[in-house]
Amino acid sequence: MAEIARRMSALEGRAYEGPGIALTPDPPASRLSLRAPEASLSALSKALGLTLPDKPKTAAADGSRAALWLGPDEWLVIDEECADLAALCASVSALHSAVDISHRNTAILVTGERAEDVLGAGCPQDLSPTRFPVGAASRTVFGKAEIVLWRIGEEAFRIECWRSFSDYVFSLLEKAAREA
Amino acid sequence: MLLIHCPYCEEERPELEFRHAGEAHIARPENIAEIADEAFQRYFFIRANPKGVTFERWRHIHGCGRFFNAARDTVSDRFLMTYRVGEPKPDLRKIDRK
Repeated sequence: MAEIARRMSALEGRAYEGPGIALTPDPPASRLSLRAPEASLSALSKALGLTLPDKPKTAAADGSRAALWLGPDEWLVIDEECADLAALCASVSALHSAVDISHRNTAILVTGERAEDVLGAGCPQDLSPTRFPVGAASRTVFGKAEIVLWRIGEEAFRIECWRSFSDYVFSLLEKAAREA
Repeated sequence: MLLIHCPYCEEERPELEFRHAGEAHIARPENIAEIADEAFQRYFFIRANPKGVTFERWRHIHGCGRFFNAARDTVSDRFLMTYRVGEPKPDLRKIDRK
């Protein structure tokens, strides 16, 4: 009998839905940790097919691909169709560092009218729409874990966290979600 | 919770995202192999630890990752101002100490 290895995501089978809140592990995506000086941005933007944002706490999204500003020379690039992002950057001769972190991170979608409140249980940032509008993205903390938070809609956030932290992050989110 | 202004993120962020990184504006001697032990000790170990305004390095470790400098009052714990690495030490008389 042939044994078939099957890839399991870190949060396989985990999901929670309650009044005004849903926690959904996101399917696998490819991710890139990109570091580059200002002079390399136009060449990298061209190779990736989207303009790397240069303003703090912003993101640029185009179709299945997005680039999140993490620091003055650091971006997290996500492609939900699992494109080989590192290969795209390999053709760029301008100075940069592109490290594939697709399997290091995993994503959780937090959606619903209570999304802000539930995230507030562990995230110290002001997540009100005036301070953290749709499209805003930032590295921050959730409880004791470091996360990257991206507001993808009025009532929808994407959490990117290390897969080894994901059990903790999901459990804390679920605990907060159960407290109506 | 304290809110600290990150000069790279250009906004105030909660203190949980930051880490303290020692006294600021300490210049490493350029001739470090030649200086006397006493001079090395002063550079390496001796810190001002003032009561009042102090200049410190901080790192926005769970944010943009950058080191920056801050002027902080050790009595009131109030951050008087923060500024980017490489900028000169601000003039104390011009800092609002409220």
